[in-house]
Amino acid sequence: MTFFQLSLTLIFVLIPIVLSKTFRLGLEKDVLIATIRSIIQLLAVGYVLQFVFDSESYFYIFLMILLIITTAVHNARKKGVMIKGITWKLILTYCFIEVLTQGVLISLKIIPATAQYMIPISGMIIGNAMVLSILFLNRFTAEIENRTGEVELFLSLGSTPKQAIHRQLMTSIRASTIPTIESQKTIGLVQLPGMMSGQIIAGADPVQAVMFQLLILFMLLSSAVITSTILGFLSYPTMFNERMQFVAQTSSKE
Amino acid sequence: MQAAISFQNVHYHTDSVAIIKDITGAISSGNITTVVGPSGSGKSTLFHLCNGMKSASSGDIFIQGEDILTLTPTVLRRKVGIVLQKSIMIEGNVFDNLSLPLSLHGKRLSKEKAIEMLHLIGLNETFLHRKATDLSGGQQQRVSIARTLLNEPAILLLDEVTSALDQSSQREIEQLITSINQKKETTIIWITHNLEQALRIGDDTWVMIDGKLAAYGKSAEVASSTNDKVKQFFEGGEKK
Repeated sequence: MTFFQLSLTLIFVLIPIVLSKTFRLGLEKDVLIATIRSIIQLLAVGYVLQFVFDSESYFYIFLMILLIITTAVHNARKKGVMIKGITWKLILTYCFIEVLTQGVLISLKIIPATAQYMIPISGMIIGNAMVLSILFLNRFTAEIENRTGEVELFLSLGSTPKQAIHRQLMTSIRASTIPTIESQKTIGLVQLPGMMSGQIIAGADPVQAVMFQLLILFMLLSSAVITSTILGFLSYPTMFNERMQFVAQTSSKE
Repeated sequence: MQAAISFQNVHYHTDSVAIIKDITGAISSGNITTVVGPSGSGKSTLFHLCNGMKSASSGDIFIQGEDILTLTPTVLRRKVGIVLQKSIMIEGNVFDNLSLPLSLHGKRLSKEKAIEMLHLIGLNETFLHRKATDLSGGQQQRVSIARTLLNEPAILLLDEVTSALDQSSQREIEQLITSINQKKETTIIWITHNLEQALRIGDDTWVMIDGKLAAYGKSAEVASSTNDKVKQFFEGGEKK
């Protein structure tokens, strides 16, 4: 695709601006900002990736993965402010997912240890883990706020903190992984995944594209469950102190 | 006789507010002790200190002679059971709720024992498989008391367990508690807003005002206390 052809696609930006003006939706400014940001960000990433691919240096691959993890942690941590040390818990979770997936793929020689494979796969895996952790933290925070009485009931009957919060923890892990699992059930029937579509458009063999897409899907499934589980089990102990008292609540009686 | 609970210079404060101020006193074993006082006087907080849901900022609490800090929280909370004003039922039927305390310690509740507990709290066995959240407030409160009793606590803390109930349910719960106290020799400590109830069922009464223990002793003596704040509280207090 040439830059001229790319610029012609801006017609797809003009349509929402015209619709917004016509129906006074007030979206013009946001559409423009989103368009300009995506052009700058993606072109910048494109040039950076080109540089990293050409350099064939593991140092730059490491830097790129570090950037991906840092950005994901920065985004997700806002949803878990009530959990002490959430930043480190997220870093640990994402690093574990990254090492596990890349470790399996490279050691089994499914992908070569090159920037061309490692960076996009890291982006997909960490991006998915970020969404999962946001879903988990949102649900877990809500469960804790709405079911404080139940947690205290369990504790008052002599439960351990793990027993007291087990139900809230399991509900949150399950709820956060449902979208990933459900979307995989209809994949290929409702929509063709972006990566696979991209490869097919770029001229790749559709069967090869499907095989890579399946690889990604299996990894996303695994990373979804692992992300929520690790984050859950790292987070719940911070809700209690050493005397097994529930300290997450914000208000106290009398 | 060894005290069920004794307090020595106990204080409790949050970041900015002193809630319990220098409480020293002892709760007699095997008795029913009622605790009264205006709202916000620290009664519920005192309960939470007794079963380890909160820890005192300073001072010592002894449970049957043992320093509370030497007891593992899970053991302490089985020994000192608590029933709150708002009964929280877990999802499931009455049997699931009654099974909870035992299942937390890896034990199973037999059907016979569950029925025995239902009879103790004045409900028949048809209640066993009824959805717990469908029960009336009074029935939920009874199940809640039975659930705590299944831990066989030596001390039972009741935090305004009858305040949301009608007069006849109140009387039934009172009779239930009195019989538990007599049959099982469980020490009962009961927070109530109802002064008439406090003086009627309590062997002893504690009056808490502004986080302090303003008066304590035999209920009849406390009722005729000459302490100005206590007199003022009893004169202005709720009589039902």
